[in-house]
Amino acid sequence: MAKVMTSGGEALIRALADENVDIIFGYPGGAALHIYDAIYQQDRVQHILVRHEQAATHAADGFARATGKPGVCLVTSGPGATNAITGIATAYMDSIPLVVISGQVPNHLIGTDAFQETDMMGISRPIVKHSFLVQKPEEIPVIVKKAFHIATSGRPGPVVIDVPKNLTDPNEKFEYKFPSDLYLRSFALYNEAKNSEVKKAVKLLTEAERPVIYAGGGAINSNAAEEIYEFGKLMGCPVTNTLMGLGVYPASDEQFVGMLGMHGTYEANMVMHEADLIMAIGARFDDRITNNPNKFGLQAKKIHIDSDPSSIDKIIDVDVAMTGNAKKVISQINKELKAMNFDNKKFDGWMKKAMQWRAEHGLNHNMLNQKNAGDIILPQQVIQSAYKVTDGKAFVTSDVGQHQMFAAQYYHFNEPRKWINSGGLGTMGFGLPAAMGVKFAFPDETVACITGEGSIQMCIQELSTCGQYGLPIKIINLNNRALGMVKQWQDMQYGGRYSSISYEDSLPDFIKLAESYGHIGMKVEKLSELEVAMEECFALKDKLVFLDVYVDPDEHVYPMLKAGGDMSEMFLSKTEKTFK
Amino acid sequence: MNHIALLMENQPGALSRVIGLFSQRGYNIDSLSVAPTQDETLSRLTMTIGEEGADINQILKQLYKLVDVVMVQNLSEADALTLELAIIKLNKTKAEVEGFFKNYKFEREILDEKDQYTVFKVLGDTQEIEKLLSELKKEEFLEVTRSGTLGMTKGNESLATNDQTKISYD
Ligand SMILES: Cc1ncc(C[n+]2csc(CCOP(=O)(O)OP(=O)(O)O)c2C)c(N)n1
Ligand SMILES: [Mg+2]
Repeated sequence: MAKVMTSGGEALIRALADENVDIIFGYPGGAALHIYDAIYQQDRVQHILVRHEQAATHAADGFARATGKPGVCLVTSGPGATNAITGIATAYMDSIPLVVISGQVPNHLIGTDAFQETDMMGISRPIVKHSFLVQKPEEIPVIVKKAFHIATSGRPGPVVIDVPKNLTDPNEKFEYKFPSDLYLRSFALYNEAKNSEVKKAVKLLTEAERPVIYAGGGAINSNAAEEIYEFGKLMGCPVTNTLMGLGVYPASDEQFVGMLGMHGTYEANMVMHEADLIMAIGARFDDRITNNPNKFGLQAKKIHIDSDPSSIDKIIDVDVAMTGNAKKVISQINKELKAMNFDNKKFDGWMKKAMQWRAEHGLNHNMLNQKNAGDIILPQQVIQSAYKVTDGKAFVTSDVGQHQMFAAQYYHFNEPRKWINSGGLGTMGFGLPAAMGVKFAFPDETVACITGEGSIQMCIQELSTCGQYGLPIKIINLNNRALGMVKQWQDMQYGGRYSSISYEDSLPDFIKLAESYGHIGMKVEKLSELEVAMEECFALKDKLVFLDVYVDPDEHVYPMLKAGGDMSEMFLSKTEKTFK
Repeated sequence: MNHIALLMENQPGALSRVIGLFSQRGYNIDSLSVAPTQDETLSRLTMTIGEEGADINQILKQLYKLVDVVMVQNLSEADALTLELAIIKLNKTKAEVEGFFKNYKFEREILDEKDQYTVFKVLGDTQEIEKLLSELKKEEFLEVTRSGTLGMTKGNESLATNDQTKISYD
């Protein structure tokens, strides 16, 4: 092959293309201009111009969550880099593979407080899986390759590549070589679990009386849905998913007891509390799940599968620890269960018990038929309507707050990677840019962003990006005229003292706002008009529609775990609770 | 007291990742020593972590997770040698200083002295050195600097490095 001579900037973009990247999200600036010039002169990598670097990271993140491939973004030094930080932290907390390329001031200016200099390596250090500061332009292709490998393997996460401007100089060319192999010292990856551990796990699973399968985002990251479904069927026991794991087990399946945790269903939390065996798959016993860890699963033996050994025994000590790739480890377990012809009938009674709990205090998924006083709309009804209209098939991104919890509770996700939200960091502003990333990845699929009037304003500028690239996202704004989730806490824990949660008089007219960006805005205030409006919103296939739905401002999300309690201690409504 | 030995890539930023992990996760480092090894691509650290409530296994796992960290070992769980060097400057004469050493058997050497001061080094067990220092506290101390604990396992095993893992793509 003929020698290819490239500059650092060209090498960077070429290496991305050689990594099969066809789209990156970014925002230019001084330190990145050589790179932008290299982008201009090629057509293998498309650059999407967002309106704020935070949105670039969230869009890349949404792309990654929906496709399972790494998302890539490009920002300039200084403010570009600092604006990207929230998005990097968001991806880090949810173990999402991102490669973030930041321009940096030229080598010789580093450390001099040069114009637009920030120590990106330092600022991003606690929220990246790894980071690279490029020292020589020739090493760019190898660094790119390493970055992608690190971002995507094991427990995925964001990787930063900080590139000093002089190293991308268009006048300094060198021979471009994309490495075919990679050498990394000390990079342990775990695939299958030890056979002895598999045997121990199977023994506990088959000897249990009341097992529960609890699967989280790690199960989605390792593409284990099929294996987990088979496992669920082999076990015939209740299955629950975390907020991050929704979709990894089909929500419509009869064994699915819904999401667990802080706002999990009554039956999921009861099952967790009463279980004698908890099988955690790619879930990390987060405090939003366990409630008080000292009161968590006291009757249960625990098995934990995770690709990150440091997640094991971090919060909850387990009986069988299986470090490995969930897809592979669950296959190993399924194989054993099949070989022994395991008869799961003995869990029938336990499964019935779960259904009995559901009958007692389960969520009402048929609220669309109910009439409300004053024809007011309840937020749950909006989700149910969206679910109905999209036939449960849409990609749904979300922001953070009550609307997010309602979406998680009432939109039944039957497939992984369709529910896209910031679970770990809880980043308001995530929803719209994430939806853009999803839409770029799947232009023919329906993509809805379920948001609140608080969250949507945190990245509202992206309506402009959606206009530029013609992204017909459906924004369903659950407008309760308040920071609803904060208000709920103030209701429940601060005697209804509403400190800084309202802005009713200064909310924008979202319809006009959407229209000013060239989109369609629709407003609904009456329940009787909800379903028609929802139909219309999704029927406008090639238009972005901002559906501003006025919902009951006083609604709370239930169930809600009692602070410091165990998993059976829940508020069930404003007047009912399971504890004294 | 846990002594941890660690090999890491001799790369800019590697040390700050290790240190950062401690502050980020709320662990305390009592002492730390770091220097390159015979393989110039690697640095070796010995860290001492005080007892209080630290989940040492979690710390080891978090350290090992860092891409720049090649190998970690808890020396306190192995049969290991540990050693510390301290250089001490006192407002005392050589003769007076010698008096203090009566109760200690570790290696020492006077490095510099005059009528008003003595500089000496001691080499020994960290706890012994701490004992000496607490006794010297009553005296007129000018300065002390310590290497932090250094350590390695006994026997003919070493904190072996993984070979470079080759990751191939088809
Ligand atoms: C960037 C950011 N700032 C603050 C918060 C804290 N917070 C969590 S939910 C919430 C209210 C969100 O309001 P809205 O988007 O209107 O959703 P609602 O709860 O009303 O449905 C706030 C302020 C957060 N999660 N993210
Ligand atoms: Mg709101």
